[in-house]
Amino acid sequence: MTSIFTVSPDFTPDHLSGWFIFNTWLQKAMDMHLHLQLYDDFDSLHRAVASDEIDLIYANPYDAAMLVRDKGFKPLVKPEGKADEALIAVSESSPFQSVEDLPPGTRIATTGDPDVHLMGMIMLEPADLDAGSVSLKHCESYVLVAKELIKGTADAGIFLLEAFQDMTSVTRSRLRVLVKSQIHVVHHALMIGPRLAAHRERMAKALTEMHTCEKGAGVLAELAFPRWEAVEDEDMEFMIDLMDALNT
Amino acid sequence: MKDMNPADIVGEYREQTLTYHDGTSRKVLVTDIETPYPEGRLIVSCTDPDGIITQCNQSFVEMSGYTREELIGMPHCILRHPDMPPAAYKDLWSTVQRGEKWQGFVKNLRKDGGYYWVKATVVPNVRQGKLVGFTSVRRKPSRRKVEECIALYPTLF
Repeated sequence: MTSIFTVSPDFTPDHLSGWFIFNTWLQKAMDMHLHLQLYDDFDSLHRAVASDEIDLIYANPYDAAMLVRDKGFKPLVKPEGKADEALIAVSESSPFQSVEDLPPGTRIATTGDPDVHLMGMIMLEPADLDAGSVSLKHCESYVLVAKELIKGTADAGIFLLEAFQDMTSVTRSRLRVLVKSQIHVVHHALMIGPRLAAHRERMAKALTEMHTCEKGAGVLAELAFPRWEAVEDEDMEFMIDLMDALNT
Repeated sequence: MKDMNPADIVGEYREQTLTYHDGTSRKVLVTDIETPYPEGRLIVSCTDPDGIITQCNQSFVEMSGYTREELIGMPHCILRHPDMPPAAYKDLWSTVQRGEKWQGFVKNLRKDGGYYWVKATVVPNVRQGKLVGFTSVRRKPSRRKVEECIALYPTLF
């Protein structure tokens, strides 16, 4: 039987091949069939989750609550030292020097990345801005968010920190960061579904030891983090409670 | 809880006595020095069902002025500022005891007698249908909301 593995569609495309290599490594390590199925957007991913098609997922923190509480998923591991952080940037020539300078009606460029969008909106609150008082412009990628700022068709943009750092130095030099989150405890996690529950312990062990063998370390290098760290049920519950508190 | 220690206080202070929901009281020493909320940070803490701090992050430690060791095991009301109306805490507790989220703007008291304003959200932690504690997450409030609270809260005593 083939199980379906997927990756939240918010990862940076640079790491696409890394996930295919990881899938191959995991199949060998676990001696099981896994098919890496990627979805173009969150709507199609959520439809697949709703119809119980997914068995293993590298999930963003926003989706973790639904996966744990509604679909019986359990956490396995998270990338060591890789928290999800967001930032708000403006064009280099923007008159706005701090978030508090942004007026009602500000045009905000953002992506469909739900946790990054949420963190970004929280960082706009000190300016008394919320979804009702800004004009949101949804972009398909962070590069397009940057373009909106540079063209002057948006006043401020919400970025995943990692995606911002991955942009070319020319692009970054045309932008100015107003605020960066330092939350530290919001992260993606690899999560296992009920049909694979019996394999949870063995898979967690294989993943947390992955960096100790040469092949495993090479695969992790493709994914751009040094090792997987175990995530206990309570760690995940804590993050879900935190996201719940933020989503208010 | 022990009374606040004058040796810990920075600047001129005034003394007030706070009486908590359980009838106990504590002498607090307060100054007019505000610590600005740090940009981009969240202050996070967890308590047991009785409001005793079980976990807190580094931002909580830095903003409160206490060490982590001083905080763990203490009632969360160690941060209670005498300018906060008791009605606000009553509303907080009755809301979370019903299993609902509470959100509000809170003036917190630091160990050094100063204060900081937060936008706080408290969520009940439910595990296998049982309430095991609360998670409190604080973020930077807008100045306009803080000014509204500065005007409103004295009227609620």
